[in-house]
Parts: sequence; structure tokens; C-alpha cells
Amino acid sequence: MDLRLMDATATADEIAAVDVVLGPPESGWTGGVMTAADTRLAQGGYHAAAAQRHLLLPALLQVQSEIGWISEGAMNYVCVRLQVPPAEAHGVATFYALLSTTKRPDRVAHVCDDVGCRDRGGGAILEAFGDRDDVVPSPCLGQCDRAPAVFVQRAGESDVVLGNSEPMEVELVLGGGSAPPPPVTAPQVGDGSLRLLRRVGVVDPAGLDSYRSHGGYEALIQAIGMSPGEVIAEVKVSNIRGRGGAAFPMGIKWEGVAAAPESERYLICNADESEPGTFKDRVLMEGDPFALVESMTIAGYAVGATKGYIYVRSEYPVARQRLEGAIAAARDAGLLGSDVAGSGFAFDLEVRSGAGAYICGEETALMNSIEGYRGEPRNKPPFPTQVGLFGKPTVINNVETLMNVPDIIADGGAAFAALGTEQSTGTKLFCLAGDIAAPGVYEVPFGVTLGDVIELAGGVTGSGVLKAVLLGGAAGVFVGTEHLDMPLTLEDARSRNATLGSGVVMVYDDTTDFRAILRRVAEFFRDESCGQCVPCRVGTVRQEELLARHLGGESLDADLLAELAQVMGDASICGLGHTASGAIQSALQLGLVGD
Amino acid sequence: MNEVALNIDGVAASVPEGSTILEACRSVDKPQPTLCYLENLTPVNACRVCVVEVENNRLLVPSCSRPVEEGMVVNTDTERVRHSRKMVFEFVASSVQMDLVDEETREWMDYYGADPSRYGNPAASSLDRDSRHPGHHPIPDGSEAANVHQPIKVDNDLYVRDYSRCILCYKCVEACGEDAQNSFAIAVSGRGFDARISTEFDTPLTNSACVFCGNCIGVCPTGALMFRSEYEMRKAEIWDEDEQSVTRTICSYCAVGCNLDLHVQDNRIVKVTSPIDHSITDGHLCIKGRFGYEYVQDLGEMASTPIDIVLARARTT
Repeated sequence: MDLRLMDATATADEIAAVDVVLGPPESGWTGGVMTAADTRLAQGGYHAAAAQRHLLLPALLQVQSEIGWISEGAMNYVCVRLQVPPAEAHGVATFYALLSTTKRPDRVAHVCDDVGCRDRGGGAILEAFGDRDDVVPSPCLGQCDRAPAVFVQRAGESDVVLGNSEPMEVELVLGGGSAPPPPVTAPQVGDGSLRLLRRVGVVDPAGLDSYRSHGGYEALIQAIGMSPGEVIAEVKVSNIRGRGGAAFPMGIKWEGVAAAPESERYLICNADESEPGTFKDRVLMEGDPFALVESMTIAGYAVGATKGYIYVRSEYPVARQRLEGAIAAARDAGLLGSDVAGSGFAFDLEVRSGAGAYICGEETALMNSIEGYRGEPRNKPPFPTQVGLFGKPTVINNVETLMNVPDIIADGGAAFAALGTEQSTGTKLFCLAGDIAAPGVYEVPFGVTLGDVIELAGGVTGSGVLKAVLLGGAAGVFVGTEHLDMPLTLEDARSRNATLGSGVVMVYDDTTDFRAILRRVAEFFRDESCGQCVPCRVGTVRQEELLARHLGGESLDADLLAELAQVMGDASICGLGHTASGAIQSALQLGLVGD
Repeated sequence: MNEVALNIDGVAASVPEGSTILEACRSVDKPQPTLCYLENLTPVNACRVCVVEVENNRLLVPSCSRPVEEGMVVNTDTERVRHSRKMVFEFVASSVQMDLVDEETREWMDYYGADPSRYGNPAASSLDRDSRHPGHHPIPDGSEAANVHQPIKVDNDLYVRDYSRCILCYKCVEACGEDAQNSFAIAVSGRGFDARISTEFDTPLTNSACVFCGNCIGVCPTGALMFRSEYEMRKAEIWDEDEQSVTRTICSYCAVGCNLDLHVQDNRIVKVTSPIDHSITDGHLCIKGRFGYEYVQDLGEMASTPIDIVLARARTT
């Protein structure tokens, strides 16, 4: 294939940004200066370049980060380096909310006005800035415990996150100021009886020694003394189910990949935590990054993967930086690399950044994103355990799920399963936010009731009268006060037509305008639909239109909304479409909106 | 090859292993509606109009791409299937101009009782479809139904792109890319409802990697991609398929032997296609076969019919 490039040239700065990711070009044929030698020998040709397609998004992100936008010239240079057709590269660049293919201000503030932040200052910040092109609304930034949250992209400098933010602070950062990363907090900090959170706020997230002095890497040493099959057996005994929302048994997933005939296999940690109201994985990654590295090393050993990816959403710059630090430190200490802890097992990790796309939390969309394609979900079957990343058998687990692995190995699967219920073993992180006294991530054994968790977080604030709880995020459901006695387990949620989803417990008092909240949920799915399949691409638009009409005072067409819900749930390609109407339908049933 | 037995709407079917449910349906004379499916392209199963109910599957299944399995029990006319198909047709037709789709699609829409009008009055044509930013859209008030209506793109003499008619079936992208031409001049850009078929930075086709093979026109199901000749004649209201004859011949440019179907109206070739079941072309052609027919009707001073006048005027403007 001959590339036909646009009539534009990259600037020296743009070239330098791309070369940070790709290294200098090998020859004049792939982006370097044409020399006499190049004209006689086509070195570093098409296939070598095209094999690096998976670096397309990292290269585009680097240009965005350094220059502030992706020009035609920069795109040309990326395309010639990777031998990607410009139309495809443009298709990828325009898929992500945090990439811009038009020139824009060097600093852009993304202000959360999603289900957690909009009524706690996010909406007010947006109002304060009016139509300015450097302040834009954003879907949930995963900082609901310090609402309102703002994420600022800064050309040439690292992106920053502002918590409990105010217009003046946003103005300061947009004007050239900086802001320290908000502290990692978990309300239960220091409680040694916890499993997942016991080191958060205690251990030094940048110190391998600190991690080891808190029991870190004991489980890995134990695991490599076992056979991979024995490790998987313990995971199966633990009966742990995925914490990302789908609750698939982790042991079965691992077993499938371990048994695959192909020897090239991959492990992915899904850290694209973007479900509105969810911030548990961020707290884990920011507070205890080595634990994720250790967990993935054990997982890689068990399933026979030699390479693992951690796909972190771009809005988590602190998590990304700490994970990269932890990976480097582990590598230096021989706990990653060609000979993990002297066992002969080779395994390494790489952090990949998202670029503003909720859909990339869908496992197959995430794989397409890593491979350098648009983050469109794949049709299933085949499932990732058979045909996953780069077409190879792949284990993909959520951060929280993986973080349980060291305890499962250290204490044994049976001891792990001793907490929780028979079907929902272990502990679960819940993200409490909204009208709640002490918002934050809480760890409790499965089986604690919804009311207990709300009490644990200090009870309902605002008017003090609870109206409804959004369980599981925008893809979850609203439940009313009659479910405060619901034990938080997968089976109880299912029997009550609810879901724990990603562990969101977003609390709303009785002064909440649910029509506005629902319209925002509908806006979210309309914005985040990848656009591939008709039911979701158009269904999410029609859903928002119907709710907007209701917000404007018209009566609600509940029948048509139900029809939309059914086709999206039945015929969409992926979970985004399947769940895009769940919260709205549940709110209708609860009578939170309607006539 | 092994045969796989399955049951479709109570009828026993047997098809070779690796066949899709859609192929199995066709084998027992149970046609299914399709929009994004075409025999000569890889199924993308994006439109979801061909979904069927398969026993023990929680969700509906795209028949165009799901391989058959032994003992599969398929239902193509349940309440759930009918509902999804009706809604998909309504979604498409309420957001896209569908007046040029084929008769079969129209019949399916009637069969399922699709009523696109119930989503409200269509919004006006928009000028910013090519510059919308993913993750952001103007907040609607619900007074009108959003759609993809936009100005037509006319940037060359051979074909036009009327994306008000685009249902985003991905066929043109596939034909331009790996399934036929390997030019990769177009791709899907943007996201969600703002997703669109685009060249890089919406550059005109003449500046893009387009080689003007016209294979995208050949696979477009809605008339979004159209011969310039057809477009101009339609605009002048002289396009009349009832008056057209189709003559099959062999392309005279090279020795490959591509079959051509010459569509002729008023003794003028108005467009050229290739039969999709032709073993050499699979329905695809190159620029010469598809567009290089002027030499057989280079009329010079003789140009006199209404068609000649319309096309001559288009060429000079």
C-alpha cells in the first residue's frame, strides 16, 4: 500500500514528540531525511513499521500532550512512521474526547458535570465560565469523593486533577498555575483488618521497600514456588468473581487461557475505570501501585503470559505515573523482566493510556484501542480467552479483581472465601458519594447491607432524607429506600433486579431533581456510544431527546422509552448499549420521574 | 465438508460447517432483512437488522456473522426479533434519508411496521457534521429528532457523496480497504451519533488516497455514494430506471476479463456496475472499467440529447 499523505509538514516539536514514543526513524522511507543510501536500499520498510500500529494511540497522545493538538503535519509524520493510512489515523484520533484535531487553547479544563459532581459544584463552575472554549463539561472523572472534580490538559506539561475545586482555582491553573495531586484518601485508612485497602494511605506508593515491609511480594514468591496449575486451583477455590461489573468467575477465565493451544498469550488489567460514580480502582492504583504489579505478575505466571498491559484512563495521571514508577522499580529489583525473582519466568508490564472514551472499558474495545484501532467493541463470540489482544488468548481483569490475587495465594482460596457469602466471596469496594457525610471508597465483606454501608459513610446528608441510591453507576440501577436491607451480594442484587456493577453507591436525597439527573445519564450514553451499531448509536440519541422533552415540561413517553430500552438491551453489540437504559428504566419504575 | 444440522422456525436445515445463520436461513427459503451485509464483504454486523433469537442465548444474535452450530434452534419471527428489527429500521429512517433504498428494504420496513415519524420532526441540515468533537454535543430540548442531514459533497467529476443518506454500514470503508481496493482513502471518524465516513481531516477526495475505482458506490445500499452522472440526471429529473437497459459485456481495457453491466438510458451509458457473483470481479472494478466508458460515446458536436446537455453542463461547472 502506498500512503498518500496530506500536504502538510510536521514541525520540529511535533517530530520530537512522536520520536519520544517511536524513537528516531530508521530511514528516509519511514519519516527520516532521504539520503543517497536510502535511494539504493529500502531499509526499515513497510512491514517493520506497520507492525508498530499499536503505537498509534501513544504517538497521538504524545503529540496532544506536548503540542496541545494534532495538526495535519503531525498526523502525516505519525502515519509515515507507522505506515498507517491517514484516513484511519484520523478515524482513531477523532474517536477520543481528549485528542483534538483542531487547534485549541494550550490548557483546557474538563469540568465534571456528571451524576456525582453536577449538583456539588461542577455545574456551578461551568456556569461561572460561560462559553469559554478552554472550559468544557466532562463525564465522570472518577473523583466523586472530592467533588467537584476538574481535569486540566496542559500542552507541554503534565495534566493535573483538581478536587473540591472552585472557579478561582480553575482560573489559576488555566492561567499558567499548577496544582499538587490531591492526596489519596480512604476513610478506613489504617484499618489493618482490611484486605484491599489495608496498605492505602499507609505504604509509600513510590517505595518498593516500603511495600515489601508491609508484606509485599510474599505472595509472588509463594506463587512461583507453586505450579501455574496450583495457582489457578487456588483462585478457583476462592470462587472470586470479577469486580468490573460482569462478575465473571476469575478462575474459569484464567483456566481458559492457560489451556489455550497458542503459547503467545496476554494479560490485561482493565484500569479504564470510567463508570460514572466509580473511583475505587484509582484509589488502589494511587495508594498501592506495587500491589497491582505483584498481582499481575502472579496472574501472568498462572496463565503463561509473558506480557501484561495496564490500560489506565488518561484522566488518572497520578495513577499512571505511580504505576510506571512501580513497574520500573520492580524491574530494577528483578521482580519483572526476563527472570522474575530468579524463577526463570519472564514477564513484563506496560502502562497504556486511554484518551477519553468510556467505551474503551469494554474489554474488546480496549483491545482494539491498544492495537491502534478505533475503540469499537468486537462481536462476541469469540471471547478474549480464545481470540483477544493481537488475536491471542487473553486474560482481562479489572484492577480490584486482580488486587485480590496476592491474598488468595498467601492465605489460600478457602480462607479468602471465608469472608462474604458462598456465591459472593471476599470483600468488595464500594464507592460512596453524593449526599453522604463521608464520601470515599469503603471495603466491606459481601453481605453487608446497603443501609449499613451508607451508615458506615456517616449517613445521608443534604436534606437528610434518602430518596434513592444509584447502584452500580450509570450502567446500573436506581433503588429506593425499601432496598436498604438488601445484602450487597451478587445474588441478592440479581434477585432484586439490581446490580452491584462497579460498586457505585451514589446517594440522592429527596430534594434531587431526577429529571435533570436522568437527562445527564442519557447525555452520557449518547456521548460515549462508539457509534458502531444502530440500536445504541441512535437509541441513545432518541432516549436523551425524550428525557429532554420531559425536562422541558412535557409528559414523559414511558412506552416509547421502554421500546428503546428493549432494542438497546436485546440487539446492541456490547454492554454499553445493553445497559444504557437500565438506570432510566429503574427510575421510572421507582416513580422518580414521570407524570 | 461436514454438514451442520439446525432448526430454523421449526424447519430442519442442513448447511456446511462454517456457514452463517443467515446462509442457513436462505437455504430453507427464509430470507432475512439486511443493511450492512453484502456477499462480497466481511460481515461487520453493525446494523443489527438481521438479528435472530437463538435458544440459550440471552441476547439476540446477528445472523449475518454468527456461524451455525449443531443442534442450534433459531427463531426469526418472534416478538423480540420483530421489535428489534422494527426499531432498527425506525432508528435508521428517522436519522437518515432513505428514499433511495431498494424495494426489498422498503418491503421489510412495511412488514415490521416501522414508523420513523414518531420520534418527532426532523432537525434541519447541519453544517458541522465533519467537525464535531467526540464526547460533546449540543444539549437537545427534544423538540426535534436529530439526524445526519448535511450538504452533499461534490468534489470531483466521477462520484458524489451525500452523507445525509449514510446509515454507517461500513461497506464503503471495507470496499475501499481490505475487502477490495486496499486504498484506505476513507474510514469511520468521530464517535457515536457523530460518527461519519471521512477522509483524513475531511480533505477532498482529489487530495486523498482515493483512486476512483468506485467500488464504494458499488456497495452503498442507500444512494449516499452515487455516480456523478446519476446525481446530475436525478437533479435534472431525467433519471429514469424504467427506461434503462442493462447490457453485459467484458471490459476492453486489459486482459483480466471483468464483466461490466452497462446501464443505458436514451442510448447513453449512464453508469457501470459489475455483477456481484462474477468470479473475477466479485462486483468490484477499477477506475477504467467503471468510469472509462466515454470513448464509446464520445459524441463531440453530436451531443444533443437531454442527458448530454445535463452532463456537459455539470462538467463545466
